[in-house]
Amino acid sequence: MSKQSATVETSYREALKEAIREAMTRDERVFLMGEDVGHYGGCYAVSKGLLAEFGPERIRDTPLSESAFVGAGIGAALGGMRPIVEVMTVNFSLLALDQIMNNAATIRHMSGGQFNVPLVIRMATGAGKQLAAQHAHSLEGWYAHIPGIRILAPATLEDARGMLWPALLDPDPVLIFENNTLYNLEGTLPENAVAVDIDKAKVMHTGNDLTIISYSASLFKCLDAAKALSREGVEAEVIDLRTLRPLDDATYLASIAKTHRALIVDEGWRSGGISAEISARIMEQAFYELDIPVERVCSAEVPIPYARHLEEAALPQVDTIIAAAKRMVSHG
Amino acid sequence: MNSTIDREHAIDQLRMMLLIRRFEEKSAELYSASKIRGFLHLYIGEEAVAVGVMASLAPEDGVVATYREHGQALARGVSANRIMAEMYGKQEGCSRGRGGSMHIFDAATRFYGGNAIVAGGIPLAVGLALAEMMRGCNTVTCCFFGDGAVAEGYFHESMNLAALWKLPVLFLCENNLYAMGTAIRYTQAAPDIAAKGAAYGMKATAVDGMDVVAVEGAARAAADHIRKGNGPYLLECRTYRFRPHSMFDTELYRTRDEVNQWKKRDPIDLLARRLYDTGGFNDQDMDVLEQSVAVEVEAAVAFAEAGTLEPVEDLTRFVNSERSDA
Repeated sequence: MSKQSATVETSYREALKEAIREAMTRDERVFLMGEDVGHYGGCYAVSKGLLAEFGPERIRDTPLSESAFVGAGIGAALGGMRPIVEVMTVNFSLLALDQIMNNAATIRHMSGGQFNVPLVIRMATGAGKQLAAQHAHSLEGWYAHIPGIRILAPATLEDARGMLWPALLDPDPVLIFENNTLYNLEGTLPENAVAVDIDKAKVMHTGNDLTIISYSASLFKCLDAAKALSREGVEAEVIDLRTLRPLDDATYLASIAKTHRALIVDEGWRSGGISAEISARIMEQAFYELDIPVERVCSAEVPIPYARHLEEAALPQVDTIIAAAKRMVSHG
Repeated sequence: MNSTIDREHAIDQLRMMLLIRRFEEKSAELYSASKIRGFLHLYIGEEAVAVGVMASLAPEDGVVATYREHGQALARGVSANRIMAEMYGKQEGCSRGRGGSMHIFDAATRFYGGNAIVAGGIPLAVGLALAEMMRGCNTVTCCFFGDGAVAEGYFHESMNLAALWKLPVLFLCENNLYAMGTAIRYTQAAPDIAAKGAAYGMKATAVDGMDVVAVEGAARAAADHIRKGNGPYLLECRTYRFRPHSMFDTELYRTRDEVNQWKKRDPIDLLARRLYDTGGFNDQDMDVLEQSVAVEVEAAVAFAEAGTLEPVEDLTRFVNSERSDA
């Protein structure tokens, strides 16, 4: 073996594309369909070039019919294929929510285990690009409410590259949420990047003073906050949840057992969101480990606005995370 | 009936329609006795559609049905025992008691539900047909839905997608004139459903849904068209539901006279009369059919009664594959 495996310069977008290319090459049952995935190259250019490489049978442009093509993806999965359905944004996915909820998530159980739906649905999520209230919400926490589906939120290049294949191997439906601010994220990956674990959360920065639990684009804000806090002598442990359903409780509970303080950072709304679920689990399973109450930094309870200053004010930011962390540590 | 084979086939069709009729009459009785709960939607009056259409399908074809699907399931060959056990909520039921009357699933006969979101099964059928086409199988996916479903976006999006990709789907509309309790004249600006197929560039016809021979002929023609690679086909079967929409319906929206007019064209009577008229079939033959159907229905009830309840510990089985979810 070589001393060190070679690395390549890549981006989140390229990593996603490479993952699709690998899956289509490894398994002829895999195909991609969605709006503008073919001739346009994908609305975030993830599938650019794949039409020429794999042809229109396997890179399928669909009409603007989210409910029909998501439903058709479910049907194709029932019929033995391994579809990857791309929905432009989570806001548009609501047009297909009935199919996701009432069919994809229920058919295995409702049929007494006779049928399963090995389907992957990818979609963009999140704010930060001034797209206003019909293109910028973070509804992955909503989807995480539903039994029968798995929810993935890749933040890193490694996960963008490595989550698709295990998602396709899952016999049940998997939704992959790609934050729209991450597509241009650049970095390096091993040349032979491989599939990643999709069951476990991951400690991204170690520390003993408090645990910051986050996922997706907010993860990087938390990591920036942790660096700044470290300069002031506060050592935060930052956890990337990676998978929102099923939640990996063990990883964040182990961290809280060490830090005794928990801060959840979520670009979704606070009321009834995934942050509320995590907070409840901490209360249920680690109440006596806590020195102070759990805190949350979430999006403001507004439809995400267009104007830059308002949008920024609506979202968790590095300074609001730092402020919450400092407040928590000083109370400890 | 021109030949022995035709005659025997017609008697089989008559027996299946009788089985559906008697099975459902028994189901209504069991509902009143609280053996069956939840929603129960009876197909009585519409039997010719399921029986005629299933005769046009091969075992390797797929079927997607609605929540009024006992008739389709029986005609497709799903066991009466397992359907009845399902309605009893027993683990011997086709969906292990997790679906009930509205969610009959059967992998062995490629019967994909039992879908109770009106029109929600239509895109599933489109996807099943896409998978079959991509896998190189020359099959038909037959999708049943009612006239109510035609008002949903799913119908229109799915018709467009199937026609666009020339998918082997038989869109089978059971037009019984009522979306639950609202007449089609109050819900459709253009109530000619078959005409909507042409708007999406697919072949579409309408047929008398009370006449099983006509339905089978039309369904065979449609299935042949699809199998030859011509893309999807919309077949509208004009039929009528003799019973209320569900067990909770007081039928304020139609007159007894209207129902009685339609009962004069009862699909079972129509076929029986034809058999009597062409000779070689008499009251005694009819009794034999009735008796054999009665035995099958009683056996189904006995099977369901003897069925067992799944242990509550298995509640979360089948939510996910091989793991119970957190």
